[in-house]
Amino acid sequence: MKKRVVLYINQFFAGMGGEESAHIPPESKNTILGPGAAFTQAFGDEAEIVGTVICGDSYYGEHIEKAREECLKLIRAFEPDCLVAGPAFNAGRYGLACGDICTAAQRELNITAVTGWYSENPGRELYGANVFAVPTVDSARGMKDAVAKMSRLALRLMSGEPMGPAREEGYFHRGIRKNFFHEKTGAQRAIDLALQKFHGEAFQTELEMPVFKKIPPAAPVKDIKSAKIAICSSGGIVPKGNPDHIRVSSAMNWGKYDISKLDDLTPENYESIHGGYDRTWALEDPDRVLPLDEMRKLEREGAFGKLYEYACTTTGTATSVANAESFGREIGELLKKDGVDAAILTST
Amino acid sequence: MVREIEKTAGIPVVHIATIVPIMLTVGSNRIIPGIAIPHPLGKPGNDEEDHAARRKLCERALKAITTKIDKQTVFKE
Amino acid sequence: MKLELRQAFVRDVQWGEKTQMKEGVLFIDKADALSLLAEEKRFTHLDMDLARPGESVRIIPVKDVIEPRCKLEGKGECFPGFIGGSETVGNGATLVLKGAAVVTVGPIVSIQEGLVDMSGPGTEYNPYGATCNVCLLVQPAAGIEKKEYETALREAGIRLAWYIADKCRDAAIDRSDVYEMADSVEGKAAECGSNLPRFVYVCQAISQGLLHDTFLYGVDVKQILPTLVQPQEIMDGAMISANCVSACDKQNTFHHQNNPVVMELCARHGKDLNFLGVIVTTEMMTLVGKIRSSEYTVKLAQMLGAQVAIITEEGCGNPDTDICMNAKNLELAGIKTVVIGNEVAGQNGASQGLADVTPEMNAYVSCGNINELVELPPMKKIIGDIRAIANVSGGDEKSIGSDGTIVCEIQSIIGSTNELGCSKIGCEWI
Repeated sequence: MKKRVVLYINQFFAGMGGEESAHIPPESKNTILGPGAAFTQAFGDEAEIVGTVICGDSYYGEHIEKAREECLKLIRAFEPDCLVAGPAFNAGRYGLACGDICTAAQRELNITAVTGWYSENPGRELYGANVFAVPTVDSARGMKDAVAKMSRLALRLMSGEPMGPAREEGYFHRGIRKNFFHEKTGAQRAIDLALQKFHGEAFQTELEMPVFKKIPPAAPVKDIKSAKIAICSSGGIVPKGNPDHIRVSSAMNWGKYDISKLDDLTPENYESIHGGYDRTWALEDPDRVLPLDEMRKLEREGAFGKLYEYACTTTGTATSVANAESFGREIGELLKKDGVDAAILTST
Repeated sequence: MVREIEKTAGIPVVHIATIVPIMLTVGSNRIIPGIAIPHPLGKPGNDEEDHAARRKLCERALKAITTKIDKQTVFKE
Repeated sequence: MKLELRQAFVRDVQWGEKTQMKEGVLFIDKADALSLLAEEKRFTHLDMDLARPGESVRIIPVKDVIEPRCKLEGKGECFPGFIGGSETVGNGATLVLKGAAVVTVGPIVSIQEGLVDMSGPGTEYNPYGATCNVCLLVQPAAGIEKKEYETALREAGIRLAWYIADKCRDAAIDRSDVYEMADSVEGKAAECGSNLPRFVYVCQAISQGLLHDTFLYGVDVKQILPTLVQPQEIMDGAMISANCVSACDKQNTFHHQNNPVVMELCARHGKDLNFLGVIVTTEMMTLVGKIRSSEYTVKLAQMLGAQVAIITEEGCGNPDTDICMNAKNLELAGIKTVVIGNEVAGQNGASQGLADVTPEMNAYVSCGNINELVELPPMKKIIGDIRAIANVSGGDEKSIGSDGTIVCEIQSIIGSTNELGCSKIGCEWI
């Protein structure tokens, strides 16, 4: 049996007019419009376009929730296996609409969704992590190629077979890394790559260097004598027995520990559970990682106002950057709520 | 983690660790080089030196907290 | 140096009256083998077990894997510094029991041990599901320090691997490969002609103290400056793992003996490249140590006249700084680099995978995301203690299902993302 596909397009590709018609609300047709003919041909015996849903680009952009809901209703009525949206090329509003409706169709209707856009289409920036999209050129002159790629990807996804890497299957990656097995070993690949690089040939790294986010520095504390200061650590320093079951590596959580009644960390009250370094010295004296003893002395001497009542800690080894960032946000919320003025974070 | 605390709470966060390039890479703003990975704030061996080293780093952290900076800064002393 | 690897193919392993090879079957005299360690006071309990490819067996917690090898001809003995003296190895002939391995198993030292499956999806991730494994099981003596326990088990594994090979000196040889190359840079140039690109291999070995060490000729590498080694020395067991970083990316002694970068560069020496040698360098725990080793590595590479360097990492996290420094410093010295490493991209694969980055590291071979989850079906037999998964990096208390199924990060599987590039695993964008 042929798979059922609904095509989503804008007013322009539906032949209903250009910018002057961009405000038209969603409607559906049983006929094949615009790129539909090319898709029908590309799908061959495997799938067919069972309906077309049209929405004006401005309408979608200006009434995004309403447009989404109406379009979903129209799409659902066709009982499709798949939604194909666009291709949007470099049309910004159209790209956003395609990205939004594909995201919604996947989530709400639990069906496959595919779109296509130019690399700089703003839809990609916003929805690229959610949807399968193929790269296109920036204008409709690339229609034939885009339809071929989109239909191939849609059929691949509908087949239920495991999806290969973006590089091989020809879609924009969604920012996710997945393990695959190559034909050659890592050592063989490395030497091939080195020879290409040496001979000045084009070469492809297997991991592009990521760009870490930077932020402008926070303003300094003005009055240190009344400042409340927190100590935090990713060095795996926790109360003995690790009450929050923080993992020794690849941490999934962090702990908040009351240190208000402690002056010194000792092997009796605290320990290191970190799996990434030799813990001999941290076990002997956990202050070597989380410096409670000296901070307490400095507090008593009046070098700063007050040590925050809690220490926030986790383990940093093999912990993904995404997890570390979310711990940071959670700890940041806590410190903000409790009126902390500055923090010292130690890492191993 | 440091960057997100600083951003979320809007307060200066001093990062003390041993491998300065990593702190620069992950976007920490106030950076203090620690002593060694397994004991960033300690000099095991002599108890007195151990405490003195730790105290020095803590004092430097307090100084970093009160120093105005406009870019990532390594506080070497 | 000229080394002949005489390989006897091991197709099965059985208990026997005498430790020997007979028609592809490795027989182990258990009592005789265990008597090797009779004097070892650091263990209270010693036992052995056998595991063969395809069996429903899971081995956990595994510390090291060693390939049985011994010298048949030439100076020294395999595993120099541990077996025999410290003569330079790498010349003559070496017996390899190909398809056999000694696997050391014992209560967890730290979190960095892992598992080996003999059948099912777990076998895709390392070579040890396909080897006939002689497992050494120990219990440490009460009150023994972890460091002592690690030392004892490391030495025991090496002794057992050497003992097995030693008893099989008359085994029929199924295949022989000769690795010969000139000792000097000039000699290598004469072998290769002047047109082939001159490669060095920069092998970063973790060197961070207790349970994070590597030995070279019996010397703890955190005490060395980067040094030069001929590829054949590596094949003769000059590098020994004492290493308990995460199971997925700790280099076992077996990995070193069969170092795929060394083997591949040797195979291509004189064909499309000129393999100048191996620079063994460190991954130190201080910044000053990292800088010193990286600077020294570049200098050695320059003294050899290298044009290209393959750099391999061990572990993840702070060693990312070592690969960045080495890539950057070598590139600045005009030496093209390729790095082999892995990624810590989170269970969902959406996180950034490296702790440190540099634009010069523009040719990176990825041996997988260590956090990706894998489901390993239950096995009929467990060698060791299945409960260890709760303390192994990449696992936790919830990793074991009631039927014995394990759901863990591939981090928990020995060698799954090995950064010498042993396997075909890679990581891609989806």
